[in-house]
Amino acid sequence: MALSGMRGLSVFISDIRNCHNKEQERLRVDKELGNIRTRFKNEKGLSPYEKKKYVWKMLYIYMLGYDVDFGHMETVSLISAPKYPEKQVGYIVTSCLLNENNDFLRMVINTVRNDIIGRNETFQCLALTMVGNIGGKEFSESLAPDVQKLLISSSCRPVVRKKAALCLLRLYRKNPDVVNIDGWADRMAQLLDERDLGVLTSVMSLFVSLVSNNAEAYWNCLPKCVRILERLARNQDIPQEYTYYGIPSPWLQVKTMRALQYFPTIEDPNARRALFEVLQRILMGTDVVKNVNKNNASHAVLFEALALVMHLDAEKEMMSQCVALLGKFIAVREPNIRYLGLENMTRMLLVTDVQDIIKRHQAQIITSLKDPDISIRRRALDLLYGMCDVTNAKEIVEELLQYLNTAEFAMREELSLKAAILAEKFAPELLWYVDVILQLIDKAGDFVSDDIWYRVVQFVTNNEDLQSYAAAKAREYLDKPALHETMVKVSAYLLGEYGHLLARRPGCSPKELFAIINDKLPTVSTSTVAILLSTYAKILMHTQPPDVGLQQQILTIFKKYESYIDVEIQQRAVEYFELSRKGPALADVLAEMPKFPERESALLKKAEDAEIDTAEQSAIKLRSQQQTSSALVVADHPPANGSAPPANHLTLVKMPSQTVSDTQESGVIYEEAPKPPVEAPKENGTPVEVESRDTNITEINNEIKAEPPSTSHSTSPADLLADLLGPLAIEGPPAVEQNPAQGLNANQSPVDDLALATLEDQSNSVQPTVNVEEKFHILCTKDSGVLYEDPHIQIGLKAEWRAHHGRLILFLGNKNTSALTSVRALILPPGHLKMELSSVPDTIPPRAQVQVPLEVANLRASRDVAVLDFSYTFGTLVDAKLRLPVVLNKFLQPITLTPEEFFPQWKALTVHSLKVQEVVKGVKPMPLSEMANLFMSLHLAVAPGLDNNPNNLVACTTFFSEATRAMLCLIRVETDPQDRTQLRLTVASGDQYLTFELKEFVKEHLIGIPRTQAAPPRAPVQPQLPAAAPATYNDPGAMLAGLL
Amino acid sequence: MIHFVLLISRQGKVRLTKWYTPYPQKQRSKIIKEISTLVLTRGPKLCNFVDWQGYRVVYKRYASLYFCMCIDPADNELETLQIIHHYVEILDRYFGNVCELDLIFNFHKAYFILDEILIAGELQESNKKSVLRLVTTQDALVEAAKEEAGSLRNIIAQATK
Repeated sequence: MALSGMRGLSVFISDIRNCHNKEQERLRVDKELGNIRTRFKNEKGLSPYEKKKYVWKMLYIYMLGYDVDFGHMETVSLISAPKYPEKQVGYIVTSCLLNENNDFLRMVINTVRNDIIGRNETFQCLALTMVGNIGGKEFSESLAPDVQKLLISSSCRPVVRKKAALCLLRLYRKNPDVVNIDGWADRMAQLLDERDLGVLTSVMSLFVSLVSNNAEAYWNCLPKCVRILERLARNQDIPQEYTYYGIPSPWLQVKTMRALQYFPTIEDPNARRALFEVLQRILMGTDVVKNVNKNNASHAVLFEALALVMHLDAEKEMMSQCVALLGKFIAVREPNIRYLGLENMTRMLLVTDVQDIIKRHQAQIITSLKDPDISIRRRALDLLYGMCDVTNAKEIVEELLQYLNTAEFAMREELSLKAAILAEKFAPELLWYVDVILQLIDKAGDFVSDDIWYRVVQFVTNNEDLQSYAAAKAREYLDKPALHETMVKVSAYLLGEYGHLLARRPGCSPKELFAIINDKLPTVSTSTVAILLSTYAKILMHTQPPDVGLQQQILTIFKKYESYIDVEIQQRAVEYFELSRKGPALADVLAEMPKFPERESALLKKAEDAEIDTAEQSAIKLRSQQQTSSALVVADHPPANGSAPPANHLTLVKMPSQTVSDTQESGVIYEEAPKPPVEAPKENGTPVEVESRDTNITEINNEIKAEPPSTSHSTSPADLLADLLGPLAIEGPPAVEQNPAQGLNANQSPVDDLALATLEDQSNSVQPTVNVEEKFHILCTKDSGVLYEDPHIQIGLKAEWRAHHGRLILFLGNKNTSALTSVRALILPPGHLKMELSSVPDTIPPRAQVQVPLEVANLRASRDVAVLDFSYTFGTLVDAKLRLPVVLNKFLQPITLTPEEFFPQWKALTVHSLKVQEVVKGVKPMPLSEMANLFMSLHLAVAPGLDNNPNNLVACTTFFSEATRAMLCLIRVETDPQDRTQLRLTVASGDQYLTFELKEFVKEHLIGIPRTQAAPPRAPVQPQLPAAAPATYNDPGAMLAGLL
Repeated sequence: MIHFVLLISRQGKVRLTKWYTPYPQKQRSKIIKEISTLVLTRGPKLCNFVDWQGYRVVYKRYASLYFCMCIDPADNELETLQIIHHYVEILDRYFGNVCELDLIFNFHKAYFILDEILIAGELQESNKKSVLRLVTTQDALVEAAKEEAGSLRNIIAQATK
């Protein structure tokens, strides 16, 4: 097929194809680019045809991987060309080269708009396509109404309307406000009656997006979707061109079923019956055929139908039918179907009651773990991980271990982490758990993170039954010829601590243990050397009666390392050397490591973090930022510091108990669940009891520097602190000074040496581990994050706002290994908000997260704040009263006005109470740009250029409430460049109450908001208020009092 | 939604790129490199889906060309696979037994046709005839404009003779 006339272009392409190497290609391209540059510079002699040709060349060069930024301007300018061929090239190449954020695009918004509203259908299509592909926020604001008009116009041809539908979808994704819900539900229902299936396909994509954001608004469309699906599934009245390999538009079927999945339920019995009939027909009527494409298309529909059945919570019979189908799929030869069978089975795990049926397919799933295709193996791994519980953990984990031998590197890390997590979560017995982790380290040492081996050490330390077993196992591994360094670490550690328990076994005398461990010394890295030195010291201590030969050997090693390049090693060597000459005192100092306090597993936490949705991720990020900061604070000022932040409360409480347990000999009764979720020892060489207090502090400082951020990321602040402070606790009881009563208490009852026990004593004073005040303020301008956190629970929040409605979801996450009971939540709404909280479960299971939706409707403007009265029992009752960030600005939507729109409005509002002016003093001085940012964060759109005076700022916004509906608000700030602490504020709106509240709201933020320093929260300046409006208090308690 | 479409030859040469999600230029190059290594190294008879950075890449090989589309993990993989096939069938009808060379020398046509099938990363039209009709109409418009320009040039040429 001939290239339509552009000879120069084909010649260029041929030239490129004839290049023998990259260098030749680069030369040819450079030559061409130079040519294009000169031609573009000297535009006079350039015909539209030539310009078009050069732009195509540029696109080709761009695809080869070269930079063509210089030509963007020319490309975009072709959009304004009057003739179709140039315009077409301009539109298409622009949408390939440019990004929605490119500034050049702004220049053509007007041209694009003219093409959209113009009469030329082909121009309309080009413009809609480009905007649909790369339109950004600005396009969204200026073009959405025109695009909507085209979509619902009866005079437009389908070819334009289907493009308009998808273009609107793009604009809606960029800015959901462009579709006004009230009017659209009815229009959408009409659009779904569309007869043209091309238009209907596009409309359905738009609908899926709308309904996914707000299903309630589109209930009226539900029966229509069911009808469309019926029509397609029964092949009624479907034109031949819209069947694909004999299947009536599989894409439309899939999209329709996707839309139906966004409705929470389908209550109308008729619609439900009709739908189930269709689904049943799809489930039963899909056969595997020879034609690949037909097969793919029919299965695309089938898998979507399965998803819909799962969503609709069908009767058990239909569910088992689905599982049976999936069971069939995971065994077929066709790899795509196998892949999707596994994937959908994983989704099916969320449906209650079918887990047992899925378990019947376990053998087949395990076979898939050996599939030649890594994609399929991944799905199988996900599924096995999801379906694992106490009953099948042994089998599944052992399969994973076996697979580890052959798995590719890309999967090993994930695989070993998953195996470790499952082993910990569902271990039927602890001996097995130890076996698994040691095997894991042995087989995939490089992929076993430190968290994993720390954890096994903790388990062994806290469970006496395990100690000699683990030591014996470690001894066995040391016989292996090639040993991973992590295995050397864990073996040496275990044998140092518990090697003496094996003394009577063959090959386990202190001398032999030392010899076999010492074999590894020459080849290991510094961090391992540190552990080995500690192990030697322990072996020495346990050798009773002393063995002079062994002592001599070990002392020589200590001596040798006294001048080692690493300071940590040096110090250990010196100290151990000195200590070992102290005789019996050695035994006291080098006593067995105390038990670790109850802490959350870093591993399980990692697993949870990975599962949490995106809204929560921001919360985690927030938290991790905070952690690093508080950790450093503590390191700089060791815990004796009385003003330690609340974050380390937990740690401080634990310390006395650790002090006590340290003085105990082994054999203390340990009243603990068999699986204490304890955190790992993080220090380099684990047994550090021997070191003096001062050196410990330096050591901790070193560690903090050495700690990679990734580790701190996976642990909560309490974990991190406890890890760092763990060794300190053994030395000094600074916490006792801080809290004498507590220390005394712990000393009096040395048997209660558990962190758990101390915790319970303390629980009546459970303090938040985050600054609740600060969290509230962050959430005032953000829509997701942490609202509250204490050692037992974390409350996260995610909010969505639509006009005067809001939907909040509270995420209540239990951080403990035991359940939180008597959970209560009560909303105390102020007069202007209607709030409805879904029921809160009485109990939150261990490590579970519960989501509680909260519906909000704003009746009128007010700055009062709603309070959540939240309580639970964990030992004792913990009660927190939290302000909810349902504040005025949540009901504001920024709006951009042109001067022609703004000034008439501004002038029309003359009534005194509707337009209020006030000189505000004591403003926090800030540059105008910062003030503009502050306004932006409050949803007030700053409109530059409306006010000629550069010291002034004008902003517009729309306020939504039931009383006012959408109401335009205008704000003007006049600042005095001489004195930044005062300004004149004018606020205008169509409602006097709103004007007043908004003025006060803005004022509060101008005066009080700077919250960068985490200093004790300051009360915002209280303005004079009209009689009815209660003031905003900072303290929730005072707030409550004000309400009652 | 489809985040991007890539056509890559067996040798790793890029034949078409279309981005529906805004990525900065640098990231685009990085993505192309990653997807190429990911897809080109997969053997035959494996499934058509690969995990990539939390997304799914659905791909299919036709002769020497790999057609790749990146979607969200919750999207329907087979549906996307059939969009690829739908596109290929239309290319095939337009060029008449399409081969890689057609797409190299007429890469702009591949873009025109894609724009009639996908907008905003969603399927726009599943009717092949309707797509082909639109594309040929566009061709006709371009031809007509050329003839017009040609005749205009003739007139000018004659007038200035």
